[in-house]
Amino acid sequence: MNPSLTSIARGRLVNNHRPWSRKLVSAEVWSAVAKEIAAGRATLLGLWGDAGASCAVHMAAMGEDAREIMVISLACPEQEFPSVGALHPPAIRLERALHSLYGLKPIGAPDSRPWLDFGFWDFQYPLGVRSVSSAVRPYAFLPVEGENLHQIPVGPVHAGIIEPGHFRFTASGETVVRLEERLGYVHKGIESLMAGATIERAAKLAARTSGDSTVAYGIAFARAVEAAFRVEAPPRAHYLRALMAELERLANHFGDIGAICNDASFGIMHANCGILRERVLRAAQFCFGHRLMMDRVIPGGVAADLHSEGVAFLKDALQQFRQIFPRLVELYDNTASLQDRTASTGIVDGALARRFGASGFVGRASGRDFDARKNPGYPPYHELKFDVPVLTDGDVNARVWLRIREVEQSIALIEQIVERLPRGPLFVALDKGPFAGEGLALVEGFRGDVLASVGLDGDHVVRCHLRDPSWFQWPLLEAPIEGNIVADFPLCNKSFNCSYSGHDL
Amino acid sequence: MRRTLFESLVHGPLTESPPAPDNTVLAELSESVDRAARHRLGRSLAIRQIDAGSCNGCELEIHALNNAFYDLERFGLRFIASPRHADVLMVTGPVTKNMREALERTYRATPDPKWVVAVGDCALDGGVFAGSYAVIGAVSNVVPVDLHIRGCPPSPNELLRGLITLLEEVS
Repeated sequence: MNPSLTSIARGRLVNNHRPWSRKLVSAEVWSAVAKEIAAGRATLLGLWGDAGASCAVHMAAMGEDAREIMVISLACPEQEFPSVGALHPPAIRLERALHSLYGLKPIGAPDSRPWLDFGFWDFQYPLGVRSVSSAVRPYAFLPVEGENLHQIPVGPVHAGIIEPGHFRFTASGETVVRLEERLGYVHKGIESLMAGATIERAAKLAARTSGDSTVAYGIAFARAVEAAFRVEAPPRAHYLRALMAELERLANHFGDIGAICNDASFGIMHANCGILRERVLRAAQFCFGHRLMMDRVIPGGVAADLHSEGVAFLKDALQQFRQIFPRLVELYDNTASLQDRTASTGIVDGALARRFGASGFVGRASGRDFDARKNPGYPPYHELKFDVPVLTDGDVNARVWLRIREVEQSIALIEQIVERLPRGPLFVALDKGPFAGEGLALVEGFRGDVLASVGLDGDHVVRCHLRDPSWFQWPLLEAPIEGNIVADFPLCNKSFNCSYSGHDL
Repeated sequence: MRRTLFESLVHGPLTESPPAPDNTVLAELSESVDRAARHRLGRSLAIRQIDAGSCNGCELEIHALNNAFYDLERFGLRFIASPRHADVLMVTGPVTKNMREALERTYRATPDPKWVVAVGDCALDGGVFAGSYAVIGAVSNVVPVDLHIRGCPPSPNELLRGLITLLEEVS
């Protein structure tokens, strides 16, 4: 048997980091953990930096047992650290971002191009030791060689109501030879705004990291803060959070299923799924006073209660979903021309999905059986019955079916939550006396697991790092499009539905 | 599919509206768009949406304008892919420094006469992101704005109402 991650990650335990431990480690241990991750015996959950006096890099990892989560920290007095990306490619973009934001250099990194920083900010390394920005340089896309290749630059402004990003296609005729993404257009500097902010303001920023996952980010931030404070939200708050999270999942999945079909020009699915999505948003508005449920999850609990009229409204909506959705599923399943577009298109290899620790429908449609609601798990999900659907085909079709199965699970979850909603207070007050602590949380959003790491000093946030699941999904999108035709890219892209804003921060 | 199609025939359109206030708003909107749009733009207004840094919340609600409940196109308003065909640029987000150039170029690519609608609290003044090193802030700092539609994010009804206001202004 292999040694556990905990026994490899030897180091000095940091006080007040909860619920999982954080250790200060040596460069050797840092690289040893990176090797464990590269060997597939652990999963990379995040990689971020810290500036100022505590100049360091942090890496969150999860062992083979999903309950074995830890953060290791390596001090960087020389502003550099051994590259993780050199051993484990999924870390490359995280390291490039880390270098661009903090100025901490990954030694031995295979790709030293900047990430997120286009040279338009007033200075380099905005979160580290700031220095005057160098002139804007053209970005060096990876070279592509071969006869009769042509390039198609797409974005940042796309032909639809979507977020900005740049895709550089190299195609041979209709077939895509390489896709390279360039992201960072919506980088808003959320981490720097978080530093020094009050918990209330930081919660608002967290809720606006990726608008479609505002509930998931709200819960992740709140749980990290609560962990640091060593408090647990009251049971009713847990249930209401889960209710909001499942409504968010439903709304997004309905929207995605319709939008994927729409990208294959099958409008009727789009129209009908759009109706279902709107009904979820209206239920959210009726129950919690906001269609996307922004700012309804707060550190300590929730800011909105569910009343009996809300319960009735929800039950009515669920009944409609149960009635209408199966028919749409049947329509999807029975339409050969649509299946022709989705089946065997954009296949993500299962080994690649595991290597990248891809979560959400991208990972689970390629056989990676991981859902943060189950493992490591958080309340109230251990009291609720639900399955985590896993498929293995890894194509657009599998990602559609995975969403279909998750819609069914979410409907069942909402029914249970409404049935079992405990009575009691909605939040606990956070005692904001002199206090310092750190918290970590891993929460399953509709897209995958959101990681939140928070350091607190009294009622102020010292630093906060939020890692969107898209970090480990965007790079994967470059792989399955290879060999597909250009016209299938919208389908692949929509079936991934990665976040730009959540990634760009 | 037959059953789904048949039901939509029998049940009639879903297009708004259930509760009273929404209904009134939409009925009013429908009338005023007809008047103003016909006068100025021959019942048609082409909108190009640009996310200049938003969290994607505004985009979700702008998307909703196309669903069966709001059915934007019945007003002659429609979203188009190219700025070359646009009458209106609908811009969201605190404008990030990384999106400034793209926004300016899209604006320049749009033929006159054109109007800019800034959507969301962030587009008004940077919202919660104001003051960041990576953010310029208000859309009006980069391109001239004709109308702001506030909200975080604004609801589809608020978006519709805003678009009507613009039509009244330009006519």
